Amino acid sequence: MVGWAVLPVSALAALAIGAVLILAFGANPITGYRALLNGAFGGSYALASTAQKATPLLLVAAGTCVAVRANVWNIGGEGQIVAGALASTATALALPGLPGWLLVPLVLVVAAAGGALWAGVAGVFKAYFNVNEILSTIMLNLVAVQVMNYLLSGPMVNRSQSFSVTGLIPQTRLLSSRSWLPTLVPGTQLNLGVLVALAVAAAVYVLLWHSGFGFRARAVGLSPEAAAYAGMSVRRTTVNAMLLSGAACGLAGAVLVFGSISHRMVTDGSLTGFTGNDGFNGIVVALFGGLNPAWSVVSAFLFGGLLVGGTAMQGATGVPTDLVTTIEGLVVVFVVSMDFLRTGARLRQEVTERGGDGDLPARARSRSLVLRLARARV
Amino acid sequence: MAGTPEVASAGPLLEMRGITKRFPGVLANDNVDFDVRPGEVHALFGENGAGKSTLMHVLYGIHQPDRGTIALGGRPVRIPSPAAAIAMGIGMVHQHFMLVPTLTVAENVSLGLKSSRGPLKDLSRVAARVEELSESYGLRVHPSAKVWQLSVGERQRVEIIKALYRESRLLVLDEPTAVLTPGEVDELFAALRKMASEGCGLVFISHKIREVLGLSDRVTVLRAGRRVATVQAGEVSGEQLAEMMVGRHINREDLTASAVPGRARLSVKGLVVRGDRGTEAVRGVSLEVRAGEIVGIAGVSGNGQRELEEAIAGLRPPAQGSVLVDGAELAGRPSGAVRRAGLGYVPEERMRHGVVGEFSVAENLMLASSNDPALLRRPGFLRRRAVRARARELVAAFDVRTPSLATPVRNLSGGNIQKLIVARELAAQPKVFLVAQPTRGIDVTAARYIHERLRAEAAKGTAVLIVSEDLDEVMTVSTRVLVMYEGRVIGEADPRHTTREAIGLMMAGVVAAGAEPARGPGRELEAAADAEVV
Ligand SMILES: Nc1ncnc2c1ncn2[C@@H]1O[C@H](COP(=O)(O)OP(=O)(O)OP(=O)(O)O)[C@@H](O)[C@H]1O
Ligand SMILES: [Mg+2]
Repeated sequence: MVGWAVLPVSALAALAIGAVLILAFGANPITGYRALLNGAFGGSYALASTAQKATPLLLVAAGTCVAVRANVWNIGGEGQIVAGALASTATALALPGLPGWLLVPLVLVVAAAGGALWAGVAGVFKAYFNVNEILSTIMLNLVAVQVMNYLLSGPMVNRSQSFSVTGLIPQTRLLSSRSWLPTLVPGTQLNLGVLVALAVAAAVYVLLWHSGFGFRARAVGLSPEAAAYAGMSVRRTTVNAMLLSGAACGLAGAVLVFGSISHRMVTDGSLTGFTGNDGFNGIVVALFGGLNPAWSVVSAFLFGGLLVGGTAMQGATGVPTDLVTTIEGLVVVFVVSMDFLRTGARLRQEVTERGGDGDLPARARSRSLVLRLARARV
Repeated sequence: MAGTPEVASAGPLLEMRGITKRFPGVLANDNVDFDVRPGEVHALFGENGAGKSTLMHVLYGIHQPDRGTIALGGRPVRIPSPAAAIAMGIGMVHQHFMLVPTLTVAENVSLGLKSSRGPLKDLSRVAARVEELSESYGLRVHPSAKVWQLSVGERQRVEIIKALYRESRLLVLDEPTAVLTPGEVDELFAALRKMASEGCGLVFISHKIREVLGLSDRVTVLRAGRRVATVQAGEVSGEQLAEMMVGRHINREDLTASAVPGRARLSVKGLVVRGDRGTEAVRGVSLEVRAGEIVGIAGVSGNGQRELEEAIAGLRPPAQGSVLVDGAELAGRPSGAVRRAGLGYVPEERMRHGVVGEFSVAENLMLASSNDPALLRRPGFLRRRAVRARARELVAAFDVRTPSLATPVRNLSGGNIQKLIVARELAAQPKVFLVAQPTRGIDVTAARYIHERLRAEAAKGTAVLIVSEDLDEVMTVSTRVLVMYEGRVIGEADPRHTTREAIGLMMAGVVAAGAEPARGPGRELEAAADAEVV
């Protein structure tokens, strides 16, 4: 039997390969990993940073759980984060005078709405025009980044910054302190965003397993034919799942702005300059968490630790940043391929036990994220 | 009736001894002995969930037995996987086929086999051999046809040719006839008899007593995982077999006591529905089902029945025509609206449409009522306890045999899944009850139970419409039979005053009921009376 144990094991295997790479760079992997652990989980400041880094990951993961459970492969976390951030930043810029008790909830709601809208486009396209959601969400990611680059270097740019040689930094002005997410533990970066993310994860859990909507979403995800037969609207469920998923990602966008140290929206012109790749990493977090929001909390924290601790490891061993990124990538590849193997094993089991259904290759494709991604790329 | 005495007296081809296989909560096989001699057809017979498929899955390397031994040709073997089973000369035709729809017949046959040309494909050689086999066994199929273009019967022929191509010595057929038309069954049996006469050993699983007695040499009866008896097919009657299966005496099924029909509850007028390939599958069907009636639609599959069902159920918008349930127009409305208007529907493919296999028994029982206020708390949260209570009630009322309410439905046996679906659909108290293939793959007692339920439902004033390829079933249950042919209803009959042959002819497209069977273009159908045992 292939159990959930494969996930931690695959992560450890990735770290073992990483150790070999660190050795190859002439550094001591034990020192490196000790620094990683220490930087991630050693002491309250490290823990707070890890939790802070885990916050957007958890939000995206929770959104991924809803979508993928309904068999909608939302790969558009990046774009939805950007959409949520832009919408909420614009709100905060436009209404700096509102009191904090109103402004903070307002920017969160607007961010969720922005993300939902961006995802909803792909949802409607899939439900009503049968457009592959992986393609459309990836494309919408690109569109969102271009819109962001335009807005942050044009209409929303901070004009009062000092000119550098390269021109204006694409960033807004400092946002009204009344819109900042309140700090929870003084002296750390830990802010309200963490609680928002935990609440969203809890809500998603309750929604999926204790509500009529979640029941329908899971039914549609497992068998659209049976769901339609039972009188459920597959289209409406698809769109709703996408809206919810986008809302969670949009919230991640707000956290990245109003919970950041700079308290402004800032990018560097690259694709992941603003998001820090959280929109993709969140998907891996969800898969690592078995598409279960409760386990995603654990997995987001571990991934946050890997990202935070990676910087510390680099400092301690002097290995290049790229190596740290490579190790993170290895973990992702291992986890995702284990997911793939597990999917295959489950399908095989299903087919042998009950005869399965004839169109095995198509079902294998539709369940494996890796294959779906591969298909979307061609 | 197959093997010649000298062949049959040879040592057994297969010998399974003391096979025990336990699943969580069920003892699926309990110390079962089973053997097959060369040249014989050995039938496995028993209730749904008796452990027939499990025993064969152990043989085919899908499951490992907890205890027991297997010997092939006298040599003890361990069969770790289906690949190993195939290498040992064991073939298996599952009820659901394992073919790749986008490949041709020849490609499917050669799949997973070494090519005679090394790394290069040798498809022309494969195709020639497929042609040869299909010729000599009367299994008509074209080697270069794509599998998705084939009918269910043709796909099954491909599965058998696959086994023949691999020169299997032992072939297991798990409910092969459940999806076949009467003519296709005759052809299948001819091919199987030929295989047996060549020394092949065959295991045949079926719920139809007529077929079991007609085809096999010996019958092994399983009950609740145990072997009850192994008998010569020629030495038992259908009644005896049925009694061995359930372990008590059972009475003959009553013929329909027809209630006085009331007002029309379902009326379909001038319905035109397009099939998957865009052609008109239903070409102007009008019919009416009154309260208290059970109308049976007979017909060879592929004559528009499925499209008709789906159009009535709101799963396929009709191109023209109307569907009225108690006077409310439902043509083109979505399935949810049709259900709310009072339609209950048991679909033909129960694993694909009727249930979500990964969902538990309790979840599947509420599949169509996730909006039911009785199961929800204020803002749309499920009342778990109410869900479980309702599930417990339905499981008890319909005798669904399951280890627990939390068991995933895909682990139930076919008959119990069907009972679960019928339970769920009837729980909604439908005005019109549409049932496709009510008892396909279901054992005799469960089938009878479902028939009783249908009658009880009709007696309550529900309009019942059944669509079935099983002529015996249509004739026993319905108060009125309609025959569908090429998208039209071409005839109507009263089952009490019509013969099986007459309806069989209509199914073949001959409208004049009562014509001489021998002259009709359709295949000859066996007489109803001789084998209708229970
Ligand atoms: N993979 C499995 N996991 C758990 N239980 C199983 C599994 N496969 C079969 N069972 C159980 O084992 C018992 C025997 O099932 P099996 O499929 O062998 O019955 P069967 O005789 O083939 O019935 P049918 O006529 O309905 O096909 C049933 O109670 C079934 O629920
Ligand atoms: Mg079976």
